Amino acid sequence: MALLDIRQRSGYLFLAVMLGHVLLISAQVNSRAGVPVLEAVTFGTFAEVQRATSSVISGAQRVWSGYVGLRHVKADNDQLRSQLAAAEVELQEQRALADRTRGLERLLELRDRSHLATTAAEIIAAGATPDFRTLTIDKGTRDGLRPDMAVIAPAGVVGRVVVPSARAAKVQLLIDRNAAAGALVERSRAQGVVMGQGDTELELQYVSEVADVVVGDVVVTSGIDGIFPKGFIIGRVDGVEKNGPQYTRITVKPAVDFGSLEDVLVVLTPTAAREAATAGGTE
Amino acid sequence: MKTAGVIVAIAAALVLQTTLARFVIHGTVAVDLVLVVVVYVALTSGPVTGLLAGTLGGLMQDALSSGVIGIGGLAKTVVGFLAGVIGTQFIVAQSLPRFVVFVAATIVHALIVIGLYGLLDLRQFGTPYAAVFGQSIGNAVVGVVAFQLVELLPGAVERRRAARHRVRR
Repeated sequence: MALLDIRQRSGYLFLAVMLGHVLLISAQVNSRAGVPVLEAVTFGTFAEVQRATSSVISGAQRVWSGYVGLRHVKADNDQLRSQLAAAEVELQEQRALADRTRGLERLLELRDRSHLATTAAEIIAAGATPDFRTLTIDKGTRDGLRPDMAVIAPAGVVGRVVVPSARAAKVQLLIDRNAAAGALVERSRAQGVVMGQGDTELELQYVSEVADVVVGDVVVTSGIDGIFPKGFIIGRVDGVEKNGPQYTRITVKPAVDFGSLEDVLVVLTPTAAREAATAGGTE
Repeated sequence: MKTAGVIVAIAAALVLQTTLARFVIHGTVAVDLVLVVVVYVALTSGPVTGLLAGTLGGLMQDALSSGVIGIGGLAKTVVGFLAGVIGTQFIVAQSLPRFVVFVAATIVHALIVIGLYGLLDLRQFGTPYAAVFGQSIGNAVVGVVAFQLVELLPGAVERRRAARHRVRR
């Protein structure tokens, strides 16, 4: 082996590494249970590096913009922004509450969920690759976060927790290609599923051909997915394409500007669908 | 020393990709800095270092994403190996050939990732021509600029030192 020249050895090494990758991929594709240990450990470790880097940069930014620059204006602006954010979240909660009281939920004697338990989290990093739309937040299992918890912002739905570590969590954005949420058109109550496309737009699919959907309609969460609470804004219908009576494509512009997110809220209260599923599972 | 440099470069690219991108262009950056580092390392150090850098960077990136661990690693391994072979077989010392290598590497990387996800029926990418084109241009620009900086900076510092020395005399 020692006599082999460097080109041959690099070829063998290349084949060995490729084989390793194929085995690694095969192992994951075959087993569909939970989060891979390698992913959890690497994410947990790297999240600490991200946290440190983010806090250094955020600290420097805060010093520059808060003290050197517009000190008083920045403070006022922060206060007003947080008040506005709280008001918008409250508005969404009220909207969700009104929606619920109109429906049949009262008859089903579901308990009052007007106040969702949430925890605020700061975004400390963006996705590691442009192919996946994820964010890292600075709250984890220590703060009560679990996989599949909904993440919202004052403007609307952001995504869901996919990999929580002790002090950080990875959030899959609603615009990711693998993301989806049960949705309904607020005006006509037409149901469907909002799917991420990997870019800045969403697509509303599985809409009945007799449903009434027009451009400008507000799309909200339906709550049937067991992740997102009912009545939270997803976005507005941006385009409707039809072929006869059948909808071929309904695009939705997200209410949240994913490019300028800084803080989010993680919904700790389980949704009715998830509670029902849990109760069904334990019986 | 060289191995440590490669590891540090990949780690720095990952940190930049995940952290600074959010502040500069709000996280929607269409540049894969890890891929840029892998191609850079491959062109400067050869196929073996290139494929090992690709494996390390790709696996790290996979582990930090929500996809299958190994697909990005495999794609970057292939790209690192091929870029290294090109670097040893051809003269890639000018900006234009380097630009072409970065563009080709990004396209090959995208083809492998999209192809594997499609083959395993894990994820449908549709026809992301514009996204791949944008990313290949972005990666090529960043890569060529990185080459220029690394090559020109030591010379510039040396010239400045020499100029100071002359003024003193």
